[in-house]
Amino acid sequence: MIYRRLYDLPSLRFRSAFDQLDRMRRQFDRIFGEDTGTHRGMFGAGVFPQINLTEDADRFYVRAELPGVASEDIEMQATAKNLSISGERKITSENDGVKYHRREREAGKFSRIVTMPTEIDPDRIEAKLQDGILTIRVPKAEAVKPRQIAIN
Amino acid sequence: MMDKDTKELKVKEKQELASPAEQTRPGLVFTPSVDIFENDKQIVVLADMPGVQAKSLNIDLRDNTLTLNGDVEPFEAADEEDVLIEYEVGKYYRQFSLSEVVDQDKIDAQLKNGVLRLTLPKVEKAAPRTISVNAG
Repeated sequence: MIYRRLYDLPSLRFRSAFDQLDRMRRQFDRIFGEDTGTHRGMFGAGVFPQINLTEDADRFYVRAELPGVASEDIEMQATAKNLSISGERKITSENDGVKYHRREREAGKFSRIVTMPTEIDPDRIEAKLQDGILTIRVPKAEAVKPRQIAIN
Repeated sequence: MMDKDTKELKVKEKQELASPAEQTRPGLVFTPSVDIFENDKQIVVLADMPGVQAKSLNIDLRDNTLTLNGDVEPFEAADEEDVLIEYEVGKYYRQFSLSEVVDQDKIDAQLKNGVLRLTLPKVEKAAPRTISVNAG
């Protein structure tokens, strides 16, 4: 997975570096009517669900868009460095006799493992599902948290 | 019947809207995925709009044009730094032309888990009737 390798280069923040470029390319793709489905996956793992990973001093935040997925249909497991998210998106079938004009929403199973950049504290992970957004708050392990050092 | 029990979900990139007019506010605009189906009585629109709250969703129906417009608040706190960004966040916008006359008073909209379910009842007189032909 490419992003894991990128983690070894702490100076590389690909959001700021490639964001503009990526957006421009997408605009070109649209103008020329090409499929826009692939290039974003350059830094992603190409596995559903797509995630955004952010951090502050104490925690990582993993966010995924899971519209229409019930909280009881999501399963999460964590180890010292990995977070696994799996589940199923169910779309209840409508009564017989309906005619579809469009069918773009998809149902199915998903399963993904996210490797965290540093060790985490798997016992204190909190997750919340609101408005179709899954937010997982992952505390960093004590050992890797930055510490203030007082001078005597 | 689809074998949806075994199907694996694939990553589907969010479709950025080819904007019909320039935005007054900067930000990305995406097209929500929808299911639209109808029966004799009603048209139902299901739209995936993760992150949209009921108060920031605007549904407009005029001149047979249905407009869905959902604003998304940024989720991230100010002190969070990006580590890995696979999807972008922006508002949702999509328009449909309705070919049927809809009973405006009985429109029902439910937003649950980021999915909008919009029920548009057809006007009574537009419901199809079977006309029997008598052989003369």
